[in-house]
Amino acid sequence: MAYSEQEILAGLAEIVSEETGLPADSVLPEKSFTDDLDIDSLSMMTIVTLAEEKFDVRIPDDEVKNLTTVGDAVSFINGAQAA
Amino acid sequence: MSTVPEVVVTGLGATTPLGGDVPSTWQAALAGESGARTLENDWAERYDIPVTFAAQLRVAPDQVLPRPELKRMDPSAQYAVIATREAWKDAGSPEVDGDRLGAVVSSGIGGIWTTLDAWDTLREKGGRRVLPMTVPMLMPNSPVAYVSLELGARAGAHALVSACASGAEAIGYAVDMIRSGRADVVVAGGTEAAIHPMPVAAFAASRTLSTRNDDPTAASRPYDTARDGFVLGEGAGIVVLESAEHARARGARVYARIAGVGLSADGYHITSPEPSGDGQIRAMQAALADSGVAAADVHHVNAHATSTVVGDLIEARSIRGVLGSDADHVALSATKSMTGHLLGGAGALETIFAVLALHERQAPPTINVEDPDPELVLDLVRDKPRTLPDGQVAAINNSFGFGGHNVALLVTSV
Repeated sequence: MAYSEQEILAGLAEIVSEETGLPADSVLPEKSFTDDLDIDSLSMMTIVTLAEEKFDVRIPDDEVKNLTTVGDAVSFINGAQAA
Repeated sequence: MSTVPEVVVTGLGATTPLGGDVPSTWQAALAGESGARTLENDWAERYDIPVTFAAQLRVAPDQVLPRPELKRMDPSAQYAVIATREAWKDAGSPEVDGDRLGAVVSSGIGGIWTTLDAWDTLREKGGRRVLPMTVPMLMPNSPVAYVSLELGARAGAHALVSACASGAEAIGYAVDMIRSGRADVVVAGGTEAAIHPMPVAAFAASRTLSTRNDDPTAASRPYDTARDGFVLGEGAGIVVLESAEHARARGARVYARIAGVGLSADGYHITSPEPSGDGQIRAMQAALADSGVAAADVHHVNAHATSTVVGDLIEARSIRGVLGSDADHVALSATKSMTGHLLGGAGALETIFAVLALHERQAPPTINVEDPDPELVLDLVRDKPRTLPDGQVAAINNSFGFGGHNVALLVTSV
């Protein structure tokens, strides 16, 4: 069963909110993980691990550095589950 | 000419089975309350564990810390950080150069919840689901690392491990850091969060836990003839130590001095204390010698006394052996009767009790002693606190650990 982009954004926002304490509704597609959400590399890998489980996808390490914004991650997850 | 700095206690913090901070813990201790309760979970039935109670924290960390901090720290580090914040505030949040501020926080067991949760995740979901924070959360230096981060303590951050003596050894090492000139202020203590079914089963397997399942609050009964083992507790105790000069310069409130540190090892058995008490005696003698305090000035001992059949009496005889007839005027308190055994947190919490006993001239009680062991040759404070004499008095806190570690801290009034 595939998740819609909206469902992926909502699920990702929940994971980011749990990890950072930021309100989920502040986790918007245009936000940068590092610059806007102040997420360090260890937190980013935690988010990746939890997102892989939640959406049943693989996010290779080589891809993580390309995921600058929340929107990038949503797109990648959406594509990965379609594949 | 350089002189060795005197080390004073200027801040106290704790989260314990008796209360979420030092004032509530101390009041409950003076009132003779027990922190032991039947565990509200299914461990006993699910895993066939013979002990169904423990002394869990009175105030759970999720009532105190925000969610991201809870997720980033093992419970052992959470407790240490909670206690550190209280101790630091209690000390007046001293302004101190981070290069002159140290941290020494020990745990006897380390991040066992994190370790075992990650192992469960690996077995149930596979290696790719193990979270990246697992190692920084399970390492036994994680609590002190978080304390160091919290305060910007950069003179050194150390985690000494000596089982149930760890918390006291941490304070002893912190004293050395100040005396040797490495730091002006050191935040020190111990923490433990091991009320998980595996350690409960393991301690039960070694026959060191009380099995008084039908009456948990009466289970920890040091020096009572019906004692049958210790009660597993959890929590943290943290003190702010400071050179007397530094404390004076900033007008800090001083609770007491840590005037002497005595350390020894039994070199005898991995769990049993050496029967003659030789190692314990050498630790107490070293603490007295280090402090220059006469045995006659010792009026209070917070005993390690865990409520085991063998251990309690060896310690009592050791105290008599060190203090001789001066032990007659010692008010002996076994506070594990109320708190349970905080393992790596015990030595720190009991140092806080010894410090407060001198500061407030009140030795806390020992509860559940209905029929004192006839071989006990000391004056046990039972059921109600006892007033300690005025003037310059000293107290000893003993902490001993599996492996034969003996730590005695000598505290003096100010």
